[in-house]
Amino acid sequence: MDAQKFDYLLRQGDNALILSQQLSQLCGKGPALEEDMALTNVALDLLGQTRMWLSYAGELEGQGRDEDQLAYLRDVRAFRNCLLVEQPNGDYAQVMVRQFLFDTWHYFLMRGLLSSSDRRIAEIAEKSLKEVTYHLRRSGDLVVRLGDGTELSHAKMQAAVDELWTWSGELFVYDETDQAMVAQGVAPAAEPLHAAFLQHVAEVFEEATLRMPAAGAYMQRGGKQGRHGERLGYLLAEMQFLQRAYPGVAW
Amino acid sequence: MSKEWPLWEVFIRSQHGLAHKHVGSLHAPDAAMAVNNARDVYTRRNEGVSIWVVKAADIVASSPGDKDALFEPSNSKVYRHPTFFPMPEEVKNL
Repeated sequence: MDAQKFDYLLRQGDNALILSQQLSQLCGKGPALEEDMALTNVALDLLGQTRMWLSYAGELEGQGRDEDQLAYLRDVRAFRNCLLVEQPNGDYAQVMVRQFLFDTWHYFLMRGLLSSSDRRIAEIAEKSLKEVTYHLRRSGDLVVRLGDGTELSHAKMQAAVDELWTWSGELFVYDETDQAMVAQGVAPAAEPLHAAFLQHVAEVFEEATLRMPAAGAYMQRGGKQGRHGERLGYLLAEMQFLQRAYPGVAW
Repeated sequence: MSKEWPLWEVFIRSQHGLAHKHVGSLHAPDAAMAVNNARDVYTRRNEGVSIWVVKAADIVASSPGDKDALFEPSNSKVYRHPTFFPMPEEVKNL
């Protein structure tokens, strides 16, 4: 088995899975009916993408684990999601800024993966990109409206940007796994991805009258290697409860 | 600005060649977000190929009180209704 590719697939699947779970927790609690439905739509899209990534990971691993076992029976240290997606839902500004930063990275990554040397990955990227394009449009639109909205909404959005920025850098710090994927032509290189990310974020923030955090700000890392904040444990406890309590239970 | 988002009426065209049909309404801060919201609320199951949104306040409607004056006269004059023409079978969607 290609352990690094397995790892890379887990990272994609876990990012989508954890963010989907976070957004699902807001179901019924959105600030307006329209927002509530939009968030849960995004959560469902991400869950569908999770399934594609993790089922491929399970096949590649070849030990008979399917996507459900990978999602529900791994412990927290085995999760490979970035730290950004495990940040708390907080207020709606935090939800939207987290979503926008993730969507921007996600969009450019999926575009890069379209030309992956791994055909299966390219196919998953192509399916995902249609959804991700809409996610990015929607979260960007909301960042502009809330950032350039009232004094209060602007202050909340700026606070969310300043707080969440430090979790965004990890996405562009390539470790051995990422570098091996770039070398094999599976994944796009970090630098152009990072440049595209920064440019899009800067454009949207300018329209939203939000201050872009200074270049070279300190960035947290570790999620991709399985070092998570304690919050992720609680999130998994809720998400995995049913399969842990009733192993093998099916719908 | 009022604290409530304005109301928008949503029209969806379900397939090419058919007219947009009113499907419901929603709240949104502006037109672009109304289109986004319409997509999320009304078109998630392949319902549409095109979305129109119109501010509900911009729709001018007839008043129910005017019903007799506006609609009644035609009912008693059968010659106003094109019901005496046989329809060719080839004509669809009429």
